[in-house]
Formats: sequence, structure tokens, C-alpha cells
Amino acid sequence: MGTATGPQKKKKTIRMIPQARTPAHEQDPQVRARNFEEVNCGYLVEDAQLEAERCLMCPEQPCVSGCPVNIAIPDFIQRIVERDFRGAYDVITTSNLLPSVCGRVCPQENQCEGVCTVGESLEPVAIGRLERWVGDLAIREGWSNVPYIEPSGFRVGIVGSGPAGMACAADMAKAGCEVTVYEAFHEAGGVLKYGIPDFRLPNSIVDAEIRKLEQLGVRFECNTLVGRLFTIEQMVDEMGFHAVFIGTGAGYPSFSGIPGESLNGVLSANELLTRCNLMHGREFPNYDTPLQPGKHVVVIGAGNTAMDALRVCLRLGAEPVTCLYRRSRAEAPARAEEIHHAEEEGIRFHWLASPIEILDGPDKNVRGIRCVRMTLGEPDESGRRRPVPEPGSEFELEADMVVYAIGTNANPIIGQTSRLKLDRRGYIATDENLATSIPGVYAGGDIVTGAATVIEAMGAGRRAARSMKAWLGLRDTDHIYQERPDGAVATLFGIERAEHGYARVRLPR
Amino acid sequence: MTTDRPATGYEIVARQDFSDVTFLLEVRHPMLAKAARAGQFVIVMASAHGERIPLTIADYDRDRGTITLVIQAVGKTTREMQRDLKVGDQLVALVGPMGIPSHIGKARKVLCVGGGLGVAPVFPQARAWKESGAYVIGVLGFRNKDLVFWDDKFAACCDELIVCTDDGSAGIKGLVTEGMRQAIARHPDIEECVAIGPPIMMKGCAEATRPHRIKTMVSLNPVMVDGTGMCGGCRVKIGEVVKFACVDGPDFDGHLVDFDDLMFRLQRYRETEQQASRRFDENCRMRTIPGDAGGAA
Repeated sequence: MGTATGPQKKKKTIRMIPQARTPAHEQDPQVRARNFEEVNCGYLVEDAQLEAERCLMCPEQPCVSGCPVNIAIPDFIQRIVERDFRGAYDVITTSNLLPSVCGRVCPQENQCEGVCTVGESLEPVAIGRLERWVGDLAIREGWSNVPYIEPSGFRVGIVGSGPAGMACAADMAKAGCEVTVYEAFHEAGGVLKYGIPDFRLPNSIVDAEIRKLEQLGVRFECNTLVGRLFTIEQMVDEMGFHAVFIGTGAGYPSFSGIPGESLNGVLSANELLTRCNLMHGREFPNYDTPLQPGKHVVVIGAGNTAMDALRVCLRLGAEPVTCLYRRSRAEAPARAEEIHHAEEEGIRFHWLASPIEILDGPDKNVRGIRCVRMTLGEPDESGRRRPVPEPGSEFELEADMVVYAIGTNANPIIGQTSRLKLDRRGYIATDENLATSIPGVYAGGDIVTGAATVIEAMGAGRRAARSMKAWLGLRDTDHIYQERPDGAVATLFGIERAEHGYARVRLPR
Repeated sequence: MTTDRPATGYEIVARQDFSDVTFLLEVRHPMLAKAARAGQFVIVMASAHGERIPLTIADYDRDRGTITLVIQAVGKTTREMQRDLKVGDQLVALVGPMGIPSHIGKARKVLCVGGGLGVAPVFPQARAWKESGAYVIGVLGFRNKDLVFWDDKFAACCDELIVCTDDGSAGIKGLVTEGMRQAIARHPDIEECVAIGPPIMMKGCAEATRPHRIKTMVSLNPVMVDGTGMCGGCRVKIGEVVKFACVDGPDFDGHLVDFDDLMFRLQRYRETEQQASRRFDENCRMRTIPGDAGGAA
């Protein structure tokens, strides 16, 4: 089907496309619950082509505006249909340098796939899986789009090497700036490295994407705690940075303040995940960082971090692993696929239940957790229905480890060490262009908005990059000159006239 | 999986062994030496498979571009460092300075108390107080004469120095609290006290000054991973409030700290720590070094 080629393509209708969504190959739940290999093994080329056929190429393209970084989604899918896989990669990398990461971790159901026209009558096109397939193919084939970049002479400093910093770094490097990214940990990648576990996003993929940034000329400086080793003001005044972007993330985990939180065995999901992922605690004693996993683990919260914590504990051998969430499954903030995978693997869910006390056993270790059932009342300011405790519904769960995954607060370091204006919750205050109160200093991601998603942080990094380019007086490289397929119309000194005003960028083929 | 770029290490330029458990490393990091202030700490990773351990900065030399760390070989990581690290070697990771610098206020007479390994981190504070023009009384506690170190450095920046040993083999016999008692008796006008050492010692110091209403700052050493506020492993109870020692501290008002909570939380990884230590002993057939498995410095 869909054999029409050339300029007069037949308009596809919903009846012409493959009706069912192409399933991704997944590890069996029983097997994967005991290993750290990737759960979703992705598409094969024939799967990708079949799924690509499901895109209607509708003129409205709601998916493009649904994407925080506005990838030209139908364009890249069309290239897959045409078997121009390299072309598909080029289209994606025009707006997103990290397709392998985003294809895995974006909440597509609330973004591109949530507004897909096909989704009105069938399951939406699996845009995320296609994006991931293209990104992985590029890594395997060693493709990278390293343009010849005309140096602009500007130096840009980026604080934090997570998704916001990486996206901003990519855009600024493409604009010819000399970019240095500072990271406090000993490895770059931020939450992609320490937070998201290997079975969802292998660290090798993150490293491959970081290498692409290095090919663009971005320098990563690890073991650098900005604020304390040098301040934001020093970066601007003494270190010669013409612009600075702060993407440090929220990074100060919340606890709920119920009795028993200082018992041994109570920890934040951040701590659990960092010990397991970045510090390789699961390979103790070959790696020195201990993890001491529990047997009966309770995780509080139902976001992506909670799902990661639950599934990490399961893989470390805990049984049972229980999720407590004060609202119902419908309000859970995690990606639909993650909750689905967690359920398949045997995670127990206590929806509509909230902890009220962590119980201590001998030696100040956790023995259990007392909870109360909730019912949903009127919607609160977030639009979600507010949970209300049900009187007399208390119950206890046995637990020797309790993990908090209920969000984060603003990390105080940058605020403590600079005169940047903060908002009343301690996050960095910015205007709509993500400019902070210090000229030339921009901020974005969780340190501005509070905890959000990887792609939202990347979107913020790109938005800040646009503002920084405007502030530095650089041409906006988001808009890329495309050679006309029908050849140059008018030239001047051998340069197409329409090309006038574009930076000369040479893409190696 | 680590990135395959060449490791940018931090060179060890000097090493000094004070005893069979305590040793000093001087590490080159000019930027860190320039930024460091009294009371701050660093996080060190000695090898690529190693753990991140917090160590209080014992000294910094801005001209030489180095910082000094004093380490007690108590757990697997610190013992491995003691065995392996020599001048010219590189630390895989060294990040800092972390934490809020100690507040050197307007007090005119200050008591600086260091116990055991805590002697090292209290030194920059004693020096900073001296530089602020205060009258500084140093009280240093060791188990015995052989473990005494840096008494000469303290003598140079303290107006009075009291050395205490558990067995009386050097200075006065008794714990640091005995030295403090004598100092407070002689100087009723002490305005502030700084105490650094094992939690049990700091608890004792806080109790020693409480009846005299002397403001007492202690430096806490809970278990940490990142040191940037991200993991929350280092949370400590200060009065009714929970604080993160890495970014809200490490200095806190000793009269408000819940030391029992801190001591329990330091036990959290005792089991795995012992397992690692045993494995280390078996692997290198090294003699066992006495000492407990608390957090590093």
C-alpha cells in the first residue's frame, strides 16, 4: 500500500492505513523483572516502515505543535516511508539532537501522540518509537550531523549537563559559540545518567549523544560545582563568558514530614537511583558504593521517578514492591507505558492511599508503614481532584525500605551564592524569554519551573538558546536554509540569492 | 558505563602519615584552593569504581594552588586510599568546595575544639578566627601521644593551646571536654565555641557549653552521595527542622542538633561496609586496622 510516489501523492485516509499500532518488541515481564537490560527493545526496520505508513500526512500537523521542540514529525515519518532513513535523521536533528533519548523518555501520550489525527479514531501513530528507531540507527551507523560552523567569537557557559543544558549547548554550538558545560558529578548527563535507569535509557545511549555534542565542539567539565567553585557573577565578570545558561535542575528531594522519616531505610528516590545507576551500587562490591536494598519496599508517589524506583528495587530482588499514591491511576503523572510496564512486572499498586507514619523496628530500621485510604474530592488548583482521607480506613504495610518519590524543591546552591532574583519558592525567576535578573544570564528547566519532564527541560534549553542568540546578536540558526529542489533561480557570485543572510554551513554527506 | 575521554585527574603533590591510621594528602587544584573557605568540604573519588566520600578541607594554600585533606583509614575506601595513593598519583574526582563556609563573626574570644580526626578541619577555623582578631583557645584531643598531629600548626595560630589525651601520654589526661572545662573556668568571657570530631564528642562539647550559654557550632558528617543537595541522604534534625548537611550546612548550632539521630543514621551502611572491609582484607591479606566503620571525616 501507499505506493504512490512523486509530487502527486494520493491523499491517505484512515481506512487505508494499517489499523493496529505496530507493537514494539519487549522483554518478557518475568525475565526483565530480574535484569537491567532495556525493557523495550524497539522496532526493527520492517516495524518502523509499517508504523510509518500509519501517518496520514494530515495538513494540520497537530503533532508538530504538540512537540515541545517542534520536530517536523510528518516530514521525518515520510522519509522513513521513502526508506530515506538518513533523511529522517536529518529532519529530526534539525530540532532535536537527542532522538534516542527523547524517543524513550518523552511522555508522548500527552504531547505529539496525544494530538495525533489518527488517534481520533484509532491508536495514534507511535511517533516516539519511530523517533527512537531513527536515533538508534544513527548511533549504530555512526551518523552525525556535524556542520561546518563559523566561529562567532562568543563564549557561552552552561551550568548543568542534564537535558536543559545539553539542548542549550547544542543550539549555541551550532550558532558558532564556544560552549563549556559544567557538571558537578564526575560524569556528564545529569538526570539522564543518575536518574533514569538503564532498562529505560541505557547510559551508553546517553554517552553516544554526549559524544555528538562534543563533535559540535562542546566542552564538558565535570567535577565542577558552580556557585561554590566560582559564582555565576564570576563567569560573567572574570571568566569571559558572554552569556550563561543555568540548567541545574530542581535537585532537593521532598519528604512529607510524617513521623519516622529519619529511620534507616527511608531515602529519596534520587538517592536510590543515583546509588544504583551512576555509582553502580547494584554491582557492589565490585563498585564501592553500597545500596543495601530492602526486601519489602514501599515507594511513595506515582511519577516517572517513582516507577523507576519501583522497578529498580524489583530488579534488585525485592519482593513485594509496592507503590502508594494518594490519587487514582488516572491522575498518576508517570508515562502511561511506564505504569503499564510496572504492572506487567508485578509491582503492587495501592491507589488512593497515603502514608501517615513510618513505623520503626529494632535498631531504628524501618519495620512498616501506616497508611490511610483516600477519596477524591473537588479539583484543586492543579486541576486534579484533591484527595481526602477516609476516616477509620487506616492500614499497615510491612516494609524495610521506604522510598520517597514525591517531587523536589529548588536546589539552594545558586541562590546562596549569587544575587540572582529567585521566586518565592526559591526557583530562579525569569521573564518569558528565560532571562534572569542578571543581564546575559538565562535559566531554564526544573530550576525555573520545578520538577517537569526531560523534553520540557530540553524545550526550555532551546528557548533560552534562542534568547541568548538574540541577546548576543547572532542570527537564528533554527531557521535552516534549504536548497531549492528545482535549482537556483537567481544567483549572485555563484551564491543563490535566497541564501543571502544565512550562515554558510557545510553538512558532510 | 563511563565516557571514554581521558580522565582528568587531580594530582597528589604531598603525603604525610601521622600514624598507622591517619594520613594527609595535599592535592593540586588551584581553582579550588582559591575558592575554599574555612568549614567547607570536598567530595573525593579515588578510583573509577570507587565511592564518593566527603572530606572536610583541612587546609588550603592559594599560592601553591593546593588543598590538604586529612584522612582516617576506617572503611574499605579510606584504607584502600591509605594503601595505594602516593605522591604523583591522581584522584579520579575531586569536587568542591561544598557547603556554606563557617561564619566567622565578631566574637572576641573563641574556643576551637578538635577531637581525633576533627583536629584537621577545625584548623582553618582557628586560623580564620585568629585572622579576625579574636583571642583563640585551641583544645585538641587524641587517644594517645602517638596520634598527636598538627599541635605545632595550632600553636602558631592559637593564643592558648590545650592538648588532651585519653591516657595522659601527652598534655592533660582526659577527653576534650576536660580541656574545655579548664578553658571555660579560666576564661568566663568565651563568646563562641567551634567543635569538630566524632558525633559523640561533638555531643559532649555541646553539653559542656550549654550551661554556660556559649554559642557552639559543630560540623556534621552524615552519609552523602552527591554533596549538592540532590540525594537527601545527609538529612539531619536541627531542632524540629530537617536540614541537608551538604547544602544547608555542614555547620549547625550544636545545641539544636539531634546527635542520636545522626549517630543512628551513620550506621545505615554498616553491614555493607563491613562486608567490603572483609573482602578488602581477604584480597590484600593486609592486617586489620582497628577503628569503627562510621562515615569518613
